[in-house]
Amino acid sequence: MTTQENRAGNHGHDPYLAHHFETHEQQFESGKLGMWLFLATEVLLFGGLFCAYAVYRSNHPEIFIYAHQFLDKQLGGLNTLVLIFSSLTMAWAVRAAQLGERRKLITLLSITLACGFIFLGVKAVEYEHKWKHGLLWGKYYQSQTHDAHGAQGAQSPAGEASPQPAAPAPDIAPASPGVAAPGSERSLLPSAAEEPRGLAVPSEKIDTHGFGTVVPKNVQIFFSVYFVMTGLHGLHVIAGMVVIGIMLVGAIRGRFGPRFFLPVDNAGLYWHLVDLIWIYLFPLLYLIH
Amino acid sequence: MSKHQDRESHPAGLPAGVHVMPVKALVAVWAALVVLTVVTVGATWFDLGSGNLWLAMAIATVKASLVALYFMHLRYDRPINGIVLITALLFVALFVGIALTDTEAYNPEIIPGYAPGMPE
Repeated sequence: MTTQENRAGNHGHDPYLAHHFETHEQQFESGKLGMWLFLATEVLLFGGLFCAYAVYRSNHPEIFIYAHQFLDKQLGGLNTLVLIFSSLTMAWAVRAAQLGERRKLITLLSITLACGFIFLGVKAVEYEHKWKHGLLWGKYYQSQTHDAHGAQGAQSPAGEASPQPAAPAPDIAPASPGVAAPGSERSLLPSAAEEPRGLAVPSEKIDTHGFGTVVPKNVQIFFSVYFVMTGLHGLHVIAGMVVIGIMLVGAIRGRFGPRFFLPVDNAGLYWHLVDLIWIYLFPLLYLIH
Repeated sequence: MSKHQDRESHPAGLPAGVHVMPVKALVAVWAALVVLTVVTVGATWFDLGSGNLWLAMAIATVKASLVALYFMHLRYDRPINGIVLITALLFVALFVGIALTDTEAYNPEIIPGYAPGMPE
């Protein structure tokens, strides 16, 4: 079929077939394979973060069990449903492009884009909440406000907690010369000299059932992991929305149809990958048991 | 998804070998994903020990497979695309697996007196 069209189209005049391809099928398969190779690199990029997550969680399960209480399961679940729904509309949009249903394609791409905005909106609410309560990465993590949050929360893990959770004890500082005075922007991680056990939390502090009794050290590790993973995912959502926006403009101009829908297909693949990553992030960050 | 349906929804100009997903299949996959999301949230109500993590990962993998096979058309694509994805996943598994094996080979606490400068 395609070779016939090729001949009929007077090589070089078929606007849908690039010169360096023999057939439409070859062009289509090449474009798709290229997209999959790109997605493979994305999987590897996130793979590094999943590896960091796995190593920290296997070394410090108590931090993850304690800190995940500060994530809102409802909002996380809502975002999961929003992304899954947007994946449906995106897959449907690819079908509409294949069948040349322009009006349907515009509607479905718009819904997908709107879902992207809803996802980011919910994420913004979650980030703002954590920002307010000092539930942040590394040295920006503030345990004091964190306690205040615990007092408000219904299932407050910090409610019955010791008054000094993850803050470095001020008396540690003089022990090791060269470490900045308390209050300065030094790492919350105890230095090796003071804490010969390295970063390990003594086993008597590990408490897997009653969350409140002990606040583990170095809770900021969880929030570092959380912000890097959801932040990078969020950037991918934004990138996906830009691509879908470009597809929407193309659809409005009537560029896509049965002969030319690969851009919509590839944009869909990217969007589904973003969904795939969230499918793993949601249980790993929000649903720790 | 029979051959008959394929021909029906295969308009002129569509390159050969391109599969058009029927709306019914898309909605069915979506419904399955929603149900599995509810199941994975519901599973946190039960204490299965370390089983909770494995269950959550198993459900996530089923969901991911549904998305990859149907929304991303892998089931109907040329196998090379799926091979690319699975290769990437294998390398991630290798990376995470070896890193975990390594980190678990260490004692969480240094044996007292074992290293210089350690309190007895």
